[in-house]
Amino acid sequence: MSPHTDDVALSTTAERAAVVQAAGAQPDKDWVIVTRGLKREYDMGGEIVRALRGVDLAIRRNEYVAIMGPSGSGKSTFMNLIGCLDTPNAGEYWLSGELVSQKNDDELARVRNKEIGFVFQTFNLLPRASALHNVELPLVYAGIGSAERKERAMEALTKVQLDNRATHRPNELSGGQRQRVAIARALVNRPSILLADEPTGNLDSTTSEEIMKVFENLAETGQTVIMVTHEPDIAAHARRVVVLRDGLIASDERKENFTSKLGL
Amino acid sequence: MPFLESVRLALNTIRVQKLKSFFTLLGVMIGVMFLIAVVSIVQGMSNYVENDFAAKIIGVNTFTFRRRPNFNPNTTDDQWREFQRRPRIYAADVELVRSVQPVGNTSAIVNQSFIYASTIYARPRQAQVIATEASYFDIKKLNITSGRAFTAQEVSAGAKVIVIGTDIVERQFGELDPLGRQLRIGGMPYTVIGILEKQGSVFGFSLDRQAIVPWTTPVSRLIQPRGDLQSMIVQGPTREVMQDGIESAREVMRGVRHLPPGKVDNFALETEDSALAFFDGLKKQMIVFGTALPAIGLVVGAMVIMNIMLVAVAERTREIGIRKALGAKRSDILSQFLIEASTLSVIGAAIGIALGLAAAKVVSMLTPLPAAVAPWSIGMALVLGAGVGIVAGVYPASRAARLDPIAALRQE
Repeated sequence: MSPHTDDVALSTTAERAAVVQAAGAQPDKDWVIVTRGLKREYDMGGEIVRALRGVDLAIRRNEYVAIMGPSGSGKSTFMNLIGCLDTPNAGEYWLSGELVSQKNDDELARVRNKEIGFVFQTFNLLPRASALHNVELPLVYAGIGSAERKERAMEALTKVQLDNRATHRPNELSGGQRQRVAIARALVNRPSILLADEPTGNLDSTTSEEIMKVFENLAETGQTVIMVTHEPDIAAHARRVVVLRDGLIASDERKENFTSKLGL
Repeated sequence: MPFLESVRLALNTIRVQKLKSFFTLLGVMIGVMFLIAVVSIVQGMSNYVENDFAAKIIGVNTFTFRRRPNFNPNTTDDQWREFQRRPRIYAADVELVRSVQPVGNTSAIVNQSFIYASTIYARPRQAQVIATEASYFDIKKLNITSGRAFTAQEVSAGAKVIVIGTDIVERQFGELDPLGRQLRIGGMPYTVIGILEKQGSVFGFSLDRQAIVPWTTPVSRLIQPRGDLQSMIVQGPTREVMQDGIESAREVMRGVRHLPPGKVDNFALETEDSALAFFDGLKKQMIVFGTALPAIGLVVGAMVIMNIMLVAVAERTREIGIRKALGAKRSDILSQFLIEASTLSVIGAAIGIALGLAAAKVVSMLTPLPAAVAPWSIGMALVLGAGVGIVAGVYPASRAARLDPIAALRQE
């Protein structure tokens, strides 16, 4: 057993149940994400599609969670809600002790900027900007001055070992490097959660492993990581796997033996 | 996002798409170019009229006593008939006006017309013949470069002497020294006694085609066959004394012509103000018509920018999605596209200003139209450029700002 395992907080099923069921009550700041009865419906030309039908979930700070589910299970909708890109039709969403489910567009933009770092399947880097500028972007919207921005962006790039590629544009980087730039961008504003949507979907298996390694390192240093994926072997890297099916949580398992998976 | 950041971003986008950006700002560029060119030319003309024209053609602190006004734009037929019915001005009237002038005012009878001048050396050419008195040279500040002006004695004696401008020297005498030689005005021989300093031209009308003779010589009969006088120019030492002279002249003329109160003058007392008023009217018309066309150019330019910005928003939907996901507020996206549109059009305006100034310069070099840059027109063009950009950018930018981040991110 390495010493870090003691620092990593993991929620027990009982704890989660207690937090989730106390509707209206403000959760402890230690609970990064608490959703209570989260519902999202879409009107597809008169036909109501119930993408989420009341999801209750609680995630503690420093957890490394994979959200799985077949297509149509509502996992993308759930990710959009968690990422504050969308608002629920019903239910509560507390992010770091703040009720975000009722916020308007601009407040959500601020929350996304401050609390969430996105990593996308297709990287979503600005094609005409250098790696450094891409990493700087969240800081630009946070209103941070140019000099500090450069410094912090460089720091973030160094963390993903891409400081020597700072001036390169995305099309001059390999897929794995692009995803690492995206991770640096996600982390540069020190978000509460790192939210990854199929982070290895566009990568070959070797590069995927490389990216998963980065995620594991982040999780070990105390970063909350939430990863949406449909690949079981990618989800296997996480310490907790939440499976969605038909807009509801089908299973929520904590991996007791995750350390063995890390090869520690 | 701070303003400068947005400008840098906009410049970056423009730099990446040089050709497209160039075509985008073409409309604004051409509009501003013509605007600046027209305003510069009009401004140049008006500077010219105010500074040079008034002094050269009319004279400083002068008024002219004549039968009917010289600068009277849009004369109606009725007005014209009234002018024709007016009594003529004879030597006695002029002497009367002269006798009431305040001390310090100098005056000169002026009969002027374009008459053929000829020598045995060249074919006849028209000259601007001015039959006047010796004081005319002082009033018009005419300098003699060789020879001399004629004297009051020569005027009273009716000596057939003539002072000519440099154009006439060149045309009629070529390389010869004209002094002492004969120049025929309307067939009547005059002896050249002086040559005027080169005057240059006003609106392409050369002032060096003047031929000045004593008004007592036969040319006056050619200009005014009825034996009346065309006009008298009076110059005061100051504007106030000149105004005084005008009122004295009006008083004595109304008296001698028995005009009751309520009847308008049946003679004209004109100052340079009437000429300037005439040009002011002309200037306003030129500005209105001269800017209407560029304004259409700017409207077209605005539409082009709006169109291109709409395309840009569609093309960059994903970028907008990414920016929103990373925390850009609606106002950030809105200002990004607004600033991009106005940066584009301000650059267009700047290029247009440069081209417009160049065009004005070329026009003033190739044609007699003078050009002077009005500083306000440059400021106005820049503001106009930014304004066009903002107006054109509002709709595309607000569309961009309203994009749903999820849909935007999903876009290929």
